[in-house]
Amino acid sequence: MDRYTQLVNTPIGKTVAKQVGLPKPVPLKRHTPGAPVVDGRVLLGGAPGGRLAQSLAQVLADAGAEVSTPLRPDLRAAAAEAGLDAAPWTPQASVDHRYAALVFDATGITESAQLDELHAFFHPTIRKVARCGRAIVLGTPPESARKPAEAVAQRALEGFTRAIGKEIGRGATVQLVYVEPGAEDQLAGTVRFFLSPRSAFVSAQVVRIGKEGGKVPSDFDWERPLAGKVALVTGASRGIGAAIASTLARDGAHVVGLDVPALEEDLKAVAAGIGGSALALDITDADAPRAIASYLRREHRGVDVVVHNAGITRDRTLGRMDADRWNAVIAVNLSSIERITDALIEGGRKAVLNEGGRIVCVSSISGIAGNAGQTNYATSKAGVIGIVNAYAPELARRGATINAVAPGFIETQMTAKVPLAIREAGRRMSSLWQGGLPVDVAEAIAWFASPATGGVNGNVVRVCGQSLLGA
Amino acid sequence: MTPAAPRRAVVLGGNRIPFARSDSAYKKASNQDMLTAALDGLVERFGLAGERLGDVVAGAVLKHSRDFNLTRECVLGSRLAPETPAYDIQQACGTGLEAAILVANKIALGQIEAGVAGGVDTTSDAPLALNEDLRSILLDANREKSVQGRLRQLLRVRPQQLAPAIPRNEEPRTGLSMGEHQARTAAEWGITREAQDELAMRSHQNLAAAYERGFQDDLVTPYLGLERDQNLRPDSSIEKLAKLKPVFGGADGTMTAGNSTPLSDGAAVALLASEEWAKQRGLTPLATFVDAETAAVDYVNGREGLLMAPAYAVPRLLERNGLTLQDFDLYEIHEAFASQVLSTLAAWEDPVFCTQRLGRSEPLGAIDRSKLNVNGSSLAAGHPFAATGGRIVAALAKALHERGGGRGLISICAAGGQGVVAILEA
Ligand SMILES: NC(=O)c1ccc[n+]([C@@H]2O[C@H](COP(=O)([O-])OP(=O)(O)OC[C@H]3O[C@@H](n4cnc5c(N)ncnc54)[C@H](O)[C@@H]3O)[C@@H](O)[C@H]2O)c1
Repeated sequence: MDRYTQLVNTPIGKTVAKQVGLPKPVPLKRHTPGAPVVDGRVLLGGAPGGRLAQSLAQVLADAGAEVSTPLRPDLRAAAAEAGLDAAPWTPQASVDHRYAALVFDATGITESAQLDELHAFFHPTIRKVARCGRAIVLGTPPESARKPAEAVAQRALEGFTRAIGKEIGRGATVQLVYVEPGAEDQLAGTVRFFLSPRSAFVSAQVVRIGKEGGKVPSDFDWERPLAGKVALVTGASRGIGAAIASTLARDGAHVVGLDVPALEEDLKAVAAGIGGSALALDITDADAPRAIASYLRREHRGVDVVVHNAGITRDRTLGRMDADRWNAVIAVNLSSIERITDALIEGGRKAVLNEGGRIVCVSSISGIAGNAGQTNYATSKAGVIGIVNAYAPELARRGATINAVAPGFIETQMTAKVPLAIREAGRRMSSLWQGGLPVDVAEAIAWFASPATGGVNGNVVRVCGQSLLGA
Repeated sequence: MTPAAPRRAVVLGGNRIPFARSDSAYKKASNQDMLTAALDGLVERFGLAGERLGDVVAGAVLKHSRDFNLTRECVLGSRLAPETPAYDIQQACGTGLEAAILVANKIALGQIEAGVAGGVDTTSDAPLALNEDLRSILLDANREKSVQGRLRQLLRVRPQQLAPAIPRNEEPRTGLSMGEHQARTAAEWGITREAQDELAMRSHQNLAAAYERGFQDDLVTPYLGLERDQNLRPDSSIEKLAKLKPVFGGADGTMTAGNSTPLSDGAAVALLASEEWAKQRGLTPLATFVDAETAAVDYVNGREGLLMAPAYAVPRLLERNGLTLQDFDLYEIHEAFASQVLSTLAAWEDPVFCTQRLGRSEPLGAIDRSKLNVNGSSLAAGHPFAATGGRIVAALAKALHERGGGRGLISICAAGGQGVVAILEA
């Protein structure tokens, strides 16, 4: 918790903040190992004719959630089939509890007039969402719609969820998940992530689940989804990279941490703390891709998860920026990712990246919104999104995925160097009124890395608390 | 020696006094007065004067401490043989039906030949308890040996301690009234105001019609100037019911004085016997008392609604008897509140309730509403708590007999999260 959040949550601070109308950030709940996916009651609803009620009910049942559903025969039958002892819910029910999550299957909406189903479900319930609660709307990707009217109505969902994100308050988040027809059995990994405190700093995002993913086995170990897997994390000696390394290790992976030789001591300390290994090299070295590939092949017979996290900033407005600053940032943040990725996937079935592999890049909201003084950085981070788009089809063909997180303001050494006024603005200019923690980025990466999210490919998800920048 | 195999217990009929609204026609009548009147009416109707019956079982929910042996006192005050044994039971609103179960079971086991089951309640002549402080002072004074000592204790009495503790219609473990509990259940099951008012109106119309066609003539005996149930409003209409303000569930509540039972006074008894006993006296059995079940739910921890126990009792009873919910010609679901009846029916139609809570593979399904409470129920008649079971057993047995046979289901919800249900067959 930053100083401001601490202060406005003291009794005096609360009063002052209220009187002068200051934003009041809620301390966000975060995941602790062994904790339930969702702590509290989930209300599962949907527009009539939707196709996801059954699998959502099953996901909630498997997650051990307490559930309520509207008294509609299809929803009740879905809950019964999933073995959920779901309490009936009607709009007039004066619930004296709050909902940990509202989950709404909007796939039944095939024309704009039916968008009133959103109003009917969320109007009586949106103010009953618990602190750090969740709202999740699931739809059909507009590009998969059968008719223009359906595509229009489904596209409209995005405005709805983004607006809710700005209204909901109290540390709660909202997401839109587009589920391609045929991917109904692939919801578990993504819905669990968005329900849980793991997605604390992710809000107002749009995620697409495609049907390539393959079904999650029923005995899947959700506590250690990466057991037996090897993960490479670049820039792992500190900040977000260190958090990624320990989060993937928590999920069962053997982590190979990579960083520049100058930080080898720090890197070794991080690796030792999580039973991983350390690989000290500069990713911009001409030889780096080959060295990484042969290390992974030699020591681990390949790699399952690759996280391109290493990155630098060399800020100056463009007129004052020398070519070195420009080139250094493009080289570290963009070109090296391309080169390393190419080295890991070359060779077809004999590639270093194992079948079902996961590549996760770290972009930035700078790369989406642009940022004064960061032409080089924004260019590199937008290029990272380009990598995701360009490589996704090829990776899909090998049952692998590539996705990116785009962090907003995250409390690290990098952001600690930002001047105070700008830093404060960066923190507060989001729906959650605060900066995120490195672990928030790490949890999103762990979700992309999970064997349960094979249908999630080519996505860019912001970890920014719905920052106003570029939103 | 092996005991005899169980035999049939049959319902021969019943008698009740018209039910009165609280603090009205029966405000001076005690529980003992009313139960004795109902009993004597039965004696009159079935020629039982001087007869020694196997048992008279009855009870009252609100009972004075002096009435510790209420039913036996009533027997002694009636024209039954003074050698007729009696005992009191109490299971809230389930009292009357539970009494019938006990009598039927003894008959079935051959332990008695005939018995009376029933109940009585008054909310007008209700017992008042002493203020707890005053009570302990009086007990202290009583323990003193000297006059001065007693005076010294009595001087401790303060004026506010003279206010009596009035019995409250609330669940001791939740502090919520039964109506508030049911309001939550009703909202949960989405029971609308319109559906409740509709059920209430049908209850009044059906009971009025039952009186008109003489159905009640051999079930009810006039008492203290009342010939029909005082709460009955034959001209009840949806428009009038719609005007009433909600009394439970807050300003947006759906439960009104029109679709909830009023506090009432009255008594009812039913006569059960073995077939041989009936034959010897030339009495026609109206229906067989087939089987019964009692259930209770955990309403304290919010797991289930206070009045939802019958929704559990009925499926267990059906299962044991190899019946489905649709295998009945008449349904008597006690109308404690219109919404209680409707919540129960909604639960039986709900796949989640039926699979997860009842452990069935599919819902019990809907019932034909035209078979429900065809001669009116508690919303119209009123509901003197322990008297309701006797009213329903006699009326259902008669209705089954009248239609030339058939099967009937009784369902009664009770305070404390309990439910008593039974099957009659003719
Ligand atoms: N902190 C934020 O608010 C924020 C916001 C958006 C995006 N990001 C991105 O998140 C990632 C991590 O950021 P951070 O805040 O933890 O920064 P950080 O500076 O604390 O960590 C970056 C790590 O990358 C390593 N690295 C840099 N160049 C390297 C090279 N050539 N070879 C090997 N390792 C190299 C560094 O040594 C360092 O350990 C970066 O890609 C950054 O652009 C951060």
